[in-house]
Amino acid sequence: MADFEVPVLREYPIIPKLKEGTMAHSSPYVAKAVMQEPLGFPGELLDNWKEVAIEKMGELCGKYRSLQVYLDSCVKCGACTDKCHYYLGTTDPKNMPVARQDLLRKVYRRYFTFAGKYFPKLVGAADLTEEVLDDWYSYFHQCSQCRRCSVFCPYGIDTAEISMAAREIMDAVGKGQKYCNEIIGKVFKIGNNLGLPEPALRDTLEGIEEDVEDDTGVKVRYPLDEKGAEVLLVTPSADFFAEPHVDGLIGYGKVFHEAGISWTLSSKASEAANFGMFIGSYENMRRVSMRIREAALELGVKRIVFGECGHAWRVAYSFLNTLAGPFDFLDPRYPVPQHICELTNGLIKEGKLKFDKSLNDDMKLTFHDSCNVARASRMGDKPGGQFVIPREIIKACCNHFYDMPADTIHESTYCCGGGGGLLTDDLMELRVKGAMPRMQALKTVVEEHGVTNLVAICAICKSQFAKTLPYYGFDMNSIVSLHQLVSNAIILSDAPKDDDENDDDGDDA
Amino acid sequence: MSLVTGLYVVLFYAATVLLVVGLAFRIKKYASTPAPLKIPTTPAPTTQSGVVLRLFREVVFFESLFKSNKWIWLFGYLFHFGMLLVLLRHLRYFTDPVWTWVALMQPFGKYASFAMLAGLLGLWARRFLVDRVRYISAPSDHLMLALLVGIAITGMGMTFVAHTDIVMVKGFFLGLMRFSPQPLPTDPLLLAHLGMVVALMIVFPISKLLHAPGVFFSPSRNQVDNPREKRHLAPWAARLESGEQR
Ligand code: HEM
Ligand code: SF4
Ligand code: SF4
Repeated sequence: MADFEVPVLREYPIIPKLKEGTMAHSSPYVAKAVMQEPLGFPGELLDNWKEVAIEKMGELCGKYRSLQVYLDSCVKCGACTDKCHYYLGTTDPKNMPVARQDLLRKVYRRYFTFAGKYFPKLVGAADLTEEVLDDWYSYFHQCSQCRRCSVFCPYGIDTAEISMAAREIMDAVGKGQKYCNEIIGKVFKIGNNLGLPEPALRDTLEGIEEDVEDDTGVKVRYPLDEKGAEVLLVTPSADFFAEPHVDGLIGYGKVFHEAGISWTLSSKASEAANFGMFIGSYENMRRVSMRIREAALELGVKRIVFGECGHAWRVAYSFLNTLAGPFDFLDPRYPVPQHICELTNGLIKEGKLKFDKSLNDDMKLTFHDSCNVARASRMGDKPGGQFVIPREIIKACCNHFYDMPADTIHESTYCCGGGGGLLTDDLMELRVKGAMPRMQALKTVVEEHGVTNLVAICAICKSQFAKTLPYYGFDMNSIVSLHQLVSNAIILSDAPKDDDENDDDGDDA
Repeated sequence: MSLVTGLYVVLFYAATVLLVVGLAFRIKKYASTPAPLKIPTTPAPTTQSGVVLRLFREVVFFESLFKSNKWIWLFGYLFHFGMLLVLLRHLRYFTDPVWTWVALMQPFGKYASFAMLAGLLGLWARRFLVDRVRYISAPSDHLMLALLVGIAITGMGMTFVAHTDIVMVKGFFLGLMRFSPQPLPTDPLLLAHLGMVVALMIVFPISKLLHAPGVFFSPSRNQVDNPREKRHLAPWAARLESGEQR
């Protein structure tokens, strides 16, 4: 099925021996001028790209303490070398976090440090050349910015920060990535990553309302642009039609319905994703975020809630207040923004949601901690709430839950392999290989506990798993949305008593 | 004053100035460069005192490294804390009278040098034996270890094998501190030891040894996890905003 070698899952995970150059050919499509220019980047590689790149590097070192400190501080201890799923899956040494950093660091040393200026060979400094730029383009698009390396580095050196800076430098010289930059352009123009215009969105939501009514007998609403609603829900656009994402969206609607909270989606902010983060561009990330502020103001809502999406939650939780705040016009009793899981779990705790857990009995579940949720954000008011809350929800609506091995979950979670702006078909080989460590962990619980389904709370993870699970012999439909489980098991109190649930059971089997 | 003494006087003054000024500039740069976004690696402390505790655990226990790799942790820990004890022991050459606790810890400091050396050799061995670490090692990484091993071995040589005139050495350093240079013994071990120490002081602010101040400035470790509660805005980001509004 693939024109590359799919890694084999073993009895026990191993640290592979390195093989140089195995992924040197992997590079995503370069953005065309029409995708570069709306974001404020040059349309094609500048003639004086070297000078511009060096200048940009200096500028970024002055703007980001992370970059400056991380470029200086690495001692090459090697602790991070076996922590990246892309290294484990590809065995290409340039996918070891420190080696990836060194691609940028060697140029930094050459132009910005005493040792690199006068003794380049000694400290591994190198001139910026076309080959170096090609290496950057290739390997900084083999980093999903998952931050796993930063957990294990004694100084917290976060390769994601380095990748973001490298991508920003490449954008500044006119060598941007097609996938990310085209999508950001669509968000500016139409409001979401998919380029789904308002009428199509309205149509889709009406379709969902009909389906849910057919299914449950209850008129659960999926409102769009309704002024005066209590909650603005911002969710990844994949939730509007992709599987299993849409089942999650259906679940959010049922939660709001059952709790009696009025809510609305917005056609202006019909996208939670913010690819501005992936390309390291503060300006673009801010522009994308401002839509949400504007939508909240226009609709007059009191709260902002985010749907299931990993990097979107990072931008929302960690950056939104910075980028588009202050949000003093919202109800101060709620955190801004809130995660849908915080909302649902809160309602469960208050006893406002009731479940028939047996409706999920056809599944044995495990939970994939998405990297950006796990290592770059929080839920609830205690550190680590991002691990506890989703699991509490699953356990509230399912009988069979098993965690994957401890070194593959929580803060040590492995990336799905498709994050960080890599969820594109031109990087399929990388995505499949990068999924290996997660698949290995999944195999463990499948064998030990007969797990049938993998739960995720991230649009990218869901899409990535739907594509990559089959390469490892799993069913593509075994990936489910967390709020899909909620949706399956929730008891809608205004449902017609004389229901036809028994028929439904028959369909599922 | 002999030529050798004169040379070492100059070297030590120069190295001290380079070390102090170099580090001060570097630290000033780290401190004055803004961190525009909240990027603590989570789960992260939600209070400032929590952050102090987190950094304390990183610096005193190498917590993240412990999670990461037990061998590097072991060797790194032996080396650093061996070195710390050895350095504290050296205070007796700079204090007169010697502080009581420095006098009391002398035997520990003496034998800590074995831990320091063992740690260094373990770390160095990894640079040859582990293919991943071999791949990321530049000549300077080997050289740095060679330098430290050299310092450790010459120092241990004087402690355990060929003693030098320690009273005279102390006189030399006290003289340096009082700006009235005194003669230095000229046995080769001592000169080699001190020469390498001078080299270490000089490269400190321009090498990876910057990890020592760096760890305190790492945003993924030193930020409080409270972005929803408190708006975090860097000066340049604020300018960007106000520029837009105008
Ligand atoms: C705040 C103080 C310091 C902390 C928290 C710290 C921490 C660490 C850690 C965690 C490592 C990685 C593990 C290892 O390779 O040992 C390391 C490496 C290293 N440290 Fe430090 N260190 C500190 C101060 C120093 C000082 C003052 C020196 C200088 C002489 C030094 C020299 C080194 C060297 C040479 C390495 C690299 C070892 C190798 O090549 O593998 N450190 N440090
Ligand atoms: S951030 Fe993730 S993908 Fe990037 S180098 Fe680190 S571990 Fe690998
Ligand atoms: S763990 Fe940190 S210090 Fe060690 S090699 Fe990796 S990035 Fe460098």
